Amino acid sequence: MRAAVEAAQYADTAILTLVHPVRSHTVAAQGGINAALANADPSDSTERHAFDTVKGSDYLADQDAVEIMAGDAPLRIYELEHWGVPFSRMEDGRIAQRPFGGAGFPRTCYAADKTGHYLLHTLYEESRRLDVKTYQEYMVVSLIIDRNKCKGVIALHIPTGELEIFSSCAVIFATGGAGRIYGRSTNAVISTGFTIGIAYHAGVPLKDMEFVQFHPTSLYGGDNILITEGARGEGGYLVNSRGERFMSKYAPTAMELAPRDIVSRSIQTEINEGRGFDNAYMHLDIRHLGREKILERLPGIRDICIHFAGIDPIDTPIPIQPGQHYTMGGIDTDHDGLSPLEGFYATGECGCISVHGANRLGGNSLLDCVVFGKRAGEHAAKYASNLEKPDEGIGRVALEKAKKEMMSLLESHGTENPSALRRELQETMIEKVGIFRTREQMEEALAKVKELKRRFRDIDLSYTGKPYNLDLAHAWEVGGVLDVAEVIVRGALMREESRGSHSRRDFTQRDDEKWLKHTVATATPDGPQFTYKDVVITKWQPEARRY
Amino acid sequence: MEVTLRVFRYSERIEPHYDVYPLSFSGGKTVLEGLFDVLEKQDGSLAFRYSCRSAVCGSCAMFINGSFRLACQTQIKDLKSSVISINPLPHMKIVKDLVVDMKPFFKKLDMILPYLIPKENPPEKERLQLPRNRKRVDNYIDCILCGACYSSCTVAATDEYYLGPAALTKAWRFMADSRDGGTAQRLAIVADEHGALRCHTLFNCVEACPKQINCTQAIQNMKKKSVARILGFI
Repeated sequence: MRAAVEAAQYADTAILTLVHPVRSHTVAAQGGINAALANADPSDSTERHAFDTVKGSDYLADQDAVEIMAGDAPLRIYELEHWGVPFSRMEDGRIAQRPFGGAGFPRTCYAADKTGHYLLHTLYEESRRLDVKTYQEYMVVSLIIDRNKCKGVIALHIPTGELEIFSSCAVIFATGGAGRIYGRSTNAVISTGFTIGIAYHAGVPLKDMEFVQFHPTSLYGGDNILITEGARGEGGYLVNSRGERFMSKYAPTAMELAPRDIVSRSIQTEINEGRGFDNAYMHLDIRHLGREKILERLPGIRDICIHFAGIDPIDTPIPIQPGQHYTMGGIDTDHDGLSPLEGFYATGECGCISVHGANRLGGNSLLDCVVFGKRAGEHAAKYASNLEKPDEGIGRVALEKAKKEMMSLLESHGTENPSALRRELQETMIEKVGIFRTREQMEEALAKVKELKRRFRDIDLSYTGKPYNLDLAHAWEVGGVLDVAEVIVRGALMREESRGSHSRRDFTQRDDEKWLKHTVATATPDGPQFTYKDVVITKWQPEARRY
Repeated sequence: MEVTLRVFRYSERIEPHYDVYPLSFSGGKTVLEGLFDVLEKQDGSLAFRYSCRSAVCGSCAMFINGSFRLACQTQIKDLKSSVISINPLPHMKIVKDLVVDMKPFFKKLDMILPYLIPKENPPEKERLQLPRNRKRVDNYIDCILCGACYSSCTVAATDEYYLGPAALTKAWRFMADSRDGGTAQRLAIVADEHGALRCHTLFNCVEACPKQINCTQAIQNMKKKSVARILGFI
């Protein structure tokens, strides 16, 4: 949305979207968005924000990109405020900020615990002010590439079941992460990673895909719905079955507000060592914050607990467990969201610049979206406005190819249920390529992904009609994400170290000599080919990460 | 637990009817999860909308056992019924099965100028807004645009030009915002026989809203302002 709002100021822009714009996963972001406004603490600075981000990333983030993000953050927040985001306020009327994990100062601007909801709706409103065209319920299935330039997309119109050509001078993917490759994901059901697969299949490299964030607190027994880090930012405790605030063992200074990779590992360790509840979950206790504060600052969390777990956190601790949450890796792009394929951009969670490195800090994902969404929108639109409108016939070859693919899916009469394959994939990934990883388990996962690919050739679609064929859409998605899963597993297998979210039992230390570099995976007929890229270091040499 | 999902079916080539699907499960299961079970294991032709599955995206408002609900937010066991009757939002054109045409709904939202109209050019930093002023938009800003209120509204069902509770609540969300200066412009739109004044104060919208938003209050507030405007007081 941020990219579209920017692009619309320079070029004829349209939003092509699988769901209505306000249904996208940004709407589920809760805790807030980081910017060193220094409202809550005057000693905060954009430089401190950048440093916290770099340290949080376990030094894998490109520091020049991080400096852009932290530097532009206040401008983007003020702009959002000007557009109408109803931020929560301090007594004097300035934007309120709360403490978040891995941050040296209370830096996370928030609007109760529904920041993403308000932010996305405001951006949608801004798009209405600018009258940006939207094409809804279109599932993009492939890129149109002409002489090594991206010239549009082929998309399946879900309500009619027809494939259509959208030709354009530039394409920006702002399509979210690949969370649903994993089981126990906090992500929306539509965050399948399918579009990351589209880019990969078109020859665009993927970067750092092995870095998958597990959020410490997803609702146990409630489909792993996110319970914001803001709950801990406001003072919530993590407690094991012995009643201990166990974070004192793992991060004695930061406690519950250590970065997510560390807190998730700590929770999982406690569970693995028998100090969890039912060997499955921990308690997030916010009772001591009191009714008034919970109702003011965390009303959404309370509603989620009531509706999805049947408990009221005012009276009862919240059962939580770590859940897949964020895709740090993504489509390889530069600071303007431009991928190595001319005319093709990616921004937000589907892209990787990289500003999050091996572990994203809470509150930096919405920020990534608005800072780099703006940049991508501006760059793409300026690029596009210098070009002739592509010839209408340009997508015909791509359309025919997509039609063939659709027909082969619709005419498949095998024995495998594509949804069952997806569930097996999800289970494999969370069990074997999860918080803690070993070569043995990851090799099992790789074998499983290969098996699923083989079995996918033998699928059966139970419905072959055209309008609103979810069976077809889901099968297409499953086929597309298996290769993305393979990139994740192979990248993780090759990286023989522990860094950020990638934590190996067999290589427990960070190894800067060998692995201070980005993984880049490119599709070949024989599977992904891996190369590596240097990390950009400007000010901060890697050092030990203590909290 | 054993229940039967009785699901409304319709598409261009199929007459409206109900299909019945058995569902057995233990523990918690939401209506949305039940629909996914049907789609994945029993009937791939079923159509419904979904996204966040956590009651914030607004995709899955439906009419379930006689009430407006978000399918994802509704635990089957809480319905205390062995038959779960699932219908698309009433009074809206059906695209297929549980999917309705939301275009008229969003078109009306567009009519009320659904964006902040600043009072003056903003400062370099944020505009100041005192917490008590910020509080005035609370509740109204929680709208997820799911359409339940619009579907429940008798007036919207009988007057195709009526703006409806969601669009009107959005208009009030801006009028109540101390940063907004568009009240006169919006009043010109809502102080009309197809706007706030058409509301019959039935409270259907309040009852239907899965986010407990007091739409009727928002509309009442605008009725007052509309009358004041018509009488020339403002």
